[in-house]
Amino acid sequence: MTRHVIEIAGLYKDYDTPAGVFPVLKDVNLTIDEGDYVAIMGPSGSGKSTFMNILGCLDRPTKGEYKLDNQSVKSLNGNELAKLRNKTIGFVFQGFNLLSRSSLLDNVSLPLVYASDSKSTRDDKSKKLLEKVGLGQYLNSKPNQISGGQQQRVAIARALVNQPRIILADEPTGNLDSKTSEEIMDLFNKLNKEGITIIIVTHENDIADHASRQVRFLDGKIVEDRRNKKEKAEA
Amino acid sequence: MFFSMLSEAWHAMSANRLRTFLTMLGMVIGVGAVVLMMAIGEGAQQAIKRSIDSMGSNLFVVLSGSSSTSGSRSGSGNSSALNINDANAIGDLDDIGAIAPISTGNAQIIYSGSNWNTSIVGTTPSYFSIRGWNVDSGNLFTDADIRSASRVALVGKTVVENVFGDDIDPIGKTIRIKKSPFLIVGVLESKGQSFDGRDQDDTIIVPITTAQRKLFGNQIPGSVRMIMAQAKSEKYMGVAEDAINDLIRQRHNIRENTESDFSVRNLTAMAKTASDTAKTMSMLLGAIASISLLVGGIGIMNIMLVSVTERTREIGIRMAIGAREKDILLQFLLEACVISIVGCVIGVGLGLGGAILVKKMVGAEILISMQSIVLAFSVAASVGVFFGYYPASKAAKLHPIEALRYQ
Repeated sequence: MTRHVIEIAGLYKDYDTPAGVFPVLKDVNLTIDEGDYVAIMGPSGSGKSTFMNILGCLDRPTKGEYKLDNQSVKSLNGNELAKLRNKTIGFVFQGFNLLSRSSLLDNVSLPLVYASDSKSTRDDKSKKLLEKVGLGQYLNSKPNQISGGQQQRVAIARALVNQPRIILADEPTGNLDSKTSEEIMDLFNKLNKEGITIIIVTHENDIADHASRQVRFLDGKIVEDRRNKKEKAEA
Repeated sequence: MFFSMLSEAWHAMSANRLRTFLTMLGMVIGVGAVVLMMAIGEGAQQAIKRSIDSMGSNLFVVLSGSSSTSGSRSGSGNSSALNINDANAIGDLDDIGAIAPISTGNAQIIYSGSNWNTSIVGTTPSYFSIRGWNVDSGNLFTDADIRSASRVALVGKTVVENVFGDDIDPIGKTIRIKKSPFLIVGVLESKGQSFDGRDQDDTIIVPITTAQRKLFGNQIPGSVRMIMAQAKSEKYMGVAEDAINDLIRQRHNIRENTESDFSVRNLTAMAKTASDTAKTMSMLLGAIASISLLVGGIGIMNIMLVSVTERTREIGIRMAIGAREKDILLQFLLEACVISIVGCVIGVGLGLGGAILVKKMVGAEILISMQSIVLAFSVAASVGVFFGYYPASKAAKLHPIEALRYQ
């Protein structure tokens, strides 16, 4: 039996707005196995970004159960959540979100700083990962000296540096052209084959087609959850 | 962890050099002002303390009152009310340790080609023990010199410099005071300035009997200008002052409700007032300077708040990849502290430089104590923590999602 890395049951999220309580997620149930490759889809306002934030421990649900790696997140305090974000989850954002003043090497090392690794270990690990994403020759460049696709590779390297079980990618190709997007998706495919669970939020079908499973949100609820046919055929 | 944060703080600061410099300038000026003001204030206190020590401790001066001649009143010490017997009577009081009768006047002195006008003090050997004054070379005169009214003199450093210069040893030389020859038996050690600013070394001391008979011959025989009296210890000062007053009034047959023909001055109390004034001045200077330190601190807070707002997105990113609240707090706190401590180091340097400049240009005495530097340093560090804490905690309390969305 495959292990569940994510188990969500009866999850609600409300936002307090001046106009009153606004429900964003309503009774979401989802289980994700280790090594799965999930695309989360839906139009804007469907709650998929909010869901992503909760998955990433950046936000807490109003109600419901969220177990990450068999551990209930509800009872964790701020420091423990920070530790999960640091060790268990790797984030990739649409806007890359690199620190513009720091070199690529320092950008990739940043999660290790908060994991209290020594400088030499940090540099070592970060260098290996930058080489893995094909940027070994730009260690000391600044983010604004490289292209968008390359910046996203740096962000992926940063997400990987603490060897997380899960990569959460929020519209990772949203700012990229289609050719570069394919390259980035190839990288994700490769990582998934290495056994990392990958969850991608996207509204583009051809991006979602890379995943083995598609979950569709509408008005705060999951309306569709299916395996990609291609994957099914392979299985 | 700490060092990588320190280096990040340094990076963040060097990213906006002008702004960091201007923020730092507030601390530099504040700390510089505190160090400078404390150096000047403590220097002044030091100068006063030294002149008080040079005066002797637990001292009274009994001055004869003013004299009136055809309605024109002269100042204190000009009547001839006090005499040697008054002095001896005071010396017999229980609370008084020692007395020295004094006759003074100014006179022109001559040695070969040079001449000089200085104050002449006629007194007894106990004067030197009361004032804690000794010879630098040669000997003091003795009671035998008093009895025989011998023409011997002790000269102060300033007199030596002006009359003899550096090359001549004055001991054994004969000078003329008001045309009478005097043998120099000793050179007095330097006393420096008195607390009221007189040069105490510009003087010649001779036996009181000689002074009365040979130099100030127009005075009533046996009269003295003033009597210096030393109480046995500080706690007898009050009792001694009353005792002297009663004694002299009685000796001079002064009736009740009549003004005394003498006055008693407590020199120690006067000196204490001068020293307290200097202390207050010094504290006031320090307090005013500290205000600029406060302003510098507010400058740091202001810039840190701007910095937190500017870097909201960065804070969001850091939180998303695992920074805890305390990591963010520490990062911004460290930045504020680095600014204030670097500013403080420069400020201490500037303050010391300024103090040396003041000493060179104005000639004012300055005293740079380790204590004032340590104080400035710890105040600067606490200013950094105090004014850096609010912006840092504001940064640490940001919600990761809102911070990430911030444009």
